[in-house]
Amino acid sequence: MTTEFKVIGTKPIRPDVIDKVMGRAIFAPDIMISGLLHGKILRSPYAHARILSIDTSAAEALPGVYAVITSKDLPQTPADNAELKYSRDNFLAGEKVLYEGHPIAAVAADSIHTAEDAIKLIRINYEILTPIMDMREAMKENSPKLHENIRLKSLGQDNGRPGNISLHVQHILGDPEKGFAEADEIVDREFTTTMVHQGYLEAQSSTVLWNPDGNLTVWTTTQGAFSVQSEISRILDISLSKIRVIPTEVGGAFGSKLRIYIEPVVVLLSKFANRPVKITMTQSEVLKATGPTPGTIMRVKMGAKRNGKITSATAELYFEAGAFPGSTAGGSPRLIFTEYDIPNGQVDAFEVLVNKTHVGAYRAPGDVQVTYSMEQVVDELAQKVNMDPIDFRLINVAHEGSISISGTIHKKIGAQQVLEAVKNHPHYKSPLKEANMGRGVAFGYWPNNGRDSSCIINVNSDGSVTLVTGSVDLSGTRLTIAMQAAEVLGISVDQVKSSVGDTSSIGYTGSSGGSRTTFATGLAAIQAAKDVINQMSIRAASLLNVPVSEITFERGFFTTSTSSSAKLSFSELAGKLNQTGGPITGKGNVSPSSWGAGFACHIADVEVDPETGKVSILRYTAIQDVGKAVHPTLVEGQMQGAVVQGIGWALWEGLFYDTQGRMLNSNRLDYKIATFVDIPHIETELIEVPSPFHPFGVRGVAEPAFVPPTATIANAVADALGKRIYSLPMTPEKILRTMDVID
Amino acid sequence: MSKKKVSAKINGQPVEFLCEPRQSLLECLRDVIGITGTKESCNDGNCGACSVLLNGRLVNSCLVFGVEVEGREITTIEGLADWQGLHPIQQIFLDRNVVQCGYCIPGIIIATKALLDREANPSEERIRSWLSGNLCRCTGYDKIVGAVKEAAVILAKEKGV
Amino acid sequence: MKQFDYENAKTIGEAVNLLNNSSKNVRPIAGGTDLIPRMRNGLLEPDILVDIKNIPELNILSINGDLLEIGAAVPLYRIYEEERITKSYPALIDAIKNIGGIAIQGRATVGGNLCNAAPSGDSIPALIVHEAMCIIAGPTGQRILPVEDFCTAPGKTALGRGELLTTIQIKHPPHNTGSCYNRFIPRNEMDIAVTGVAASLMLSMDRTQIENAKVAIGAVAPTPLLVKAAGEVLVGNAPTEEAWGKAAIAAQSAARPITDVRGSINQRKHLVGVLTKRALRKAYLRAIGEMEI
Repeated sequence: MTTEFKVIGTKPIRPDVIDKVMGRAIFAPDIMISGLLHGKILRSPYAHARILSIDTSAAEALPGVYAVITSKDLPQTPADNAELKYSRDNFLAGEKVLYEGHPIAAVAADSIHTAEDAIKLIRINYEILTPIMDMREAMKENSPKLHENIRLKSLGQDNGRPGNISLHVQHILGDPEKGFAEADEIVDREFTTTMVHQGYLEAQSSTVLWNPDGNLTVWTTTQGAFSVQSEISRILDISLSKIRVIPTEVGGAFGSKLRIYIEPVVVLLSKFANRPVKITMTQSEVLKATGPTPGTIMRVKMGAKRNGKITSATAELYFEAGAFPGSTAGGSPRLIFTEYDIPNGQVDAFEVLVNKTHVGAYRAPGDVQVTYSMEQVVDELAQKVNMDPIDFRLINVAHEGSISISGTIHKKIGAQQVLEAVKNHPHYKSPLKEANMGRGVAFGYWPNNGRDSSCIINVNSDGSVTLVTGSVDLSGTRLTIAMQAAEVLGISVDQVKSSVGDTSSIGYTGSSGGSRTTFATGLAAIQAAKDVINQMSIRAASLLNVPVSEITFERGFFTTSTSSSAKLSFSELAGKLNQTGGPITGKGNVSPSSWGAGFACHIADVEVDPETGKVSILRYTAIQDVGKAVHPTLVEGQMQGAVVQGIGWALWEGLFYDTQGRMLNSNRLDYKIATFVDIPHIETELIEVPSPFHPFGVRGVAEPAFVPPTATIANAVADALGKRIYSLPMTPEKILRTMDVID
Repeated sequence: MSKKKVSAKINGQPVEFLCEPRQSLLECLRDVIGITGTKESCNDGNCGACSVLLNGRLVNSCLVFGVEVEGREITTIEGLADWQGLHPIQQIFLDRNVVQCGYCIPGIIIATKALLDREANPSEERIRSWLSGNLCRCTGYDKIVGAVKEAAVILAKEKGV
Repeated sequence: MKQFDYENAKTIGEAVNLLNNSSKNVRPIAGGTDLIPRMRNGLLEPDILVDIKNIPELNILSINGDLLEIGAAVPLYRIYEEERITKSYPALIDAIKNIGGIAIQGRATVGGNLCNAAPSGDSIPALIVHEAMCIIAGPTGQRILPVEDFCTAPGKTALGRGELLTTIQIKHPPHNTGSCYNRFIPRNEMDIAVTGVAASLMLSMDRTQIENAKVAIGAVAPTPLLVKAAGEVLVGNAPTEEAWGKAAIAAQSAARPITDVRGSINQRKHLVGVLTKRALRKAYLRAIGEMEI
């Protein structure tokens, strides 16, 4: 693309940040409404138990309590609709509790302290059942079952017996066994990872105002207002037209705020109290009872010829679903091995129910786990065939036209360019000599996403515009979308007032996730801006007395092909809309079916303290194909943030449970994310291979950056130790055990 | 339980408020007084989102009871900008696009102010160590550290150091 | 959090009177950085909190002659910002700089760290090797207790009903003395010690012999422990790696750790050895004036 951009690629200031540095931005817990009550949820202390009885009378009698609800207050679920039953049970448990922290009842009261006092007065009789905390246990024929109605499924076939496996997906390409027979070297390894939490700072928080006419307004922290609206509608049988969802500023999400956890409960509390009600979860509730990414057991086998060509690859992937079906197990098998052009392969993925919170999405969901396992096997294979790890990857890297094991056909991608940039990077070329130090690289792919987006642009009389989209802005998309509109309209970005609409002010827009927003909602903004130009061209034609076919719009001016002097600037014409037919609104509604995938490769240097097992990150470089960086500073920020999250996952993070299913680290002290002092400066290099599916070449960037870090650190630690640790997190204790320093 | 009356100075203004002894300073600021720039996250002193200055010292407002601040001076994020505009720390955080979701930012700006009020030219190591009680999940900290360094230079110039 | 009454004591006598209550659960609050989370989690449910921060004597931080006095309500930052203390009591300074982040240190107190009686309390092994004494006020007057006898079980202290820790006293260390506290945590800040070890060494005038030595260990027993045997194997010996190794073995055999989410028995036993040697090396360098705090 030879286009010279005026706005794309510049680094303007985000419009939302002034409020954020002043403490004026309204996040969900900041919503204050006259008459507001505070809600609190009573949660199960047991991981697996039958609820025999619930007595809420003492709580209801406490002064200051306005409403108490249980699952009895949810609509009746038809017996044949298991999926709806699971969803409703996760908001308020029916017959059984299935994880520690499972909601059972909720209270609305005049203060959070009164609400807390009230839930302590609710009496519940439980029949405690054996919790299943481990996938291997869960898959045994004779183990207790979480749900009697889930039948062991093999490739979608119901074999009639209750079980804890809720999904099996399979992809096959070529002849895997023949491929292994052709290989000179084969590496076959098993990896395990634990559940990991997104770790955002702003807890789930929602405020609901139910009006007696049945209309309700929801202020909530979410990645998608429309999905909150449709979920409330589905769970509570309320028409979409009655539900208005206003998304607040979002204090971190990373996939966790795609699904909802409290909104229907708050709706019911507001309805029964006839007052606005707010619930803000505590960190302990967030860690115990929202949707972390699944723990896994992954068996990965790859074979290669001595010349470095991979001949076959297979994987058996087990994902924890938590208490209910539904996980990344369905999609993850499409992600493993997709970085490479491999002629033969097979992937089997299973979803397994355990008595833990129901898993959700976390940044490149499932991809981090499968890449963590695959990229270590790739590293071992490269060693076995005596090749530089980047050279080995370059031999096998996917290109335009490569077909993955699951059938993905790559379009124009920057995979090779990224690997070449790693090879040429000063970090990769620098020596690393000292004892106990190691270097690792890992490569990763994320498909990115398209989906539905809406945008409207209104033209102001001074030539500025207002732009509204339905995309919740997680960290700068108000700006990156406005920049694309400004580029088309030929105006500066500060002439675009960009805001996030609510469900009653803008057309349906899918959630901000899958690294789709700058791409897909950007396309909607481009379409809306072109619509504005088309409509204004008609006005220009009438003012200039020429047929509209003779009007062209270039560099901010409407001109005619017949007269070089007759022209109108965008702002001049904007001032004349009233006289020429009235206001102009441009609209864009898109649902792109193709989008550009993202590739990233990272380099890490680590040092391991041989006496304590502690890992220090000495240097870290992230290199990524970002398509076209709309705002390079924000792209770098995404890459750096992703790396630091990945370092946390590699070294410390995990949700740990005792055998009774009680979480051992449901607080910010023991759920350890990286602090300012745990990481070095994160170097970045942006490779720009434009996506063919966007006029400016935009690709998603936030998730591809999160795919390589855990594998990168794992490979670096293996290099430092001369031994490999096959599980996450790589804690100091595990390292000491691996090195036979302790038993 | 009867509420207690507390008199304090918040962002330079005398304020009187009523609270239960079990309400934290954080709750008093947000729910009683109604200024919500100070954020709640971990509520146990491990994240720094609720950082405020108490008599000029950096504290976690979740670990202070409202009743304990009788006669004290409190500075919150709302107290940093004045009629002339943003505080230089706020300005540089804005100008350098260091913010992502922004939830941790009020706490980090307050903690930065506490540092730069004391030390004109902190090293990167000192900045990272001082801010280690303030968690951020989005940014990877990198650009924040850069902005704090820049803010230090600007503030030192202003003070003529 | 359960409701409670808040009392703001102005004198030691007033605080002792309030604490000496047979029918109600009364607790003092200084910095509150440990107390408040425990109350929020329902682990402690006092009926009355007595704020002791506004008692003048409890805010004294002074060096009189060779005696350092730290009032029980003195926040940590005041201690490490006092140059005369940082020079003479390096193990204590190591420890209190490890407690929480800067915001915690603006509020938390050594007295509180001691009264919280966590097995992992960072300041306690340091106070032990500094041979600190606890001054305790009570209904029947004042008593003095060596700091190693103060904690009796996790969360439990030697304080009786109505008693209040008012002051921590530490004698100035003799010449040729060095001390150090170091701990192991998975991250680099903000964690609770998986294991912590403090050591102090007094060398002979010619610095060739160890004349006095103390080693104290944290997070590896129900309370922080003074390991007398570790000190004994050092005294009379030359300050060498061999000596540190012997002390490390003694410290390891005194450790009785548990396995929890922060660390395992074997890891902690191993770390006691590693950290004892590291603490002694640093203490030695400080004793001979080759290492600052």
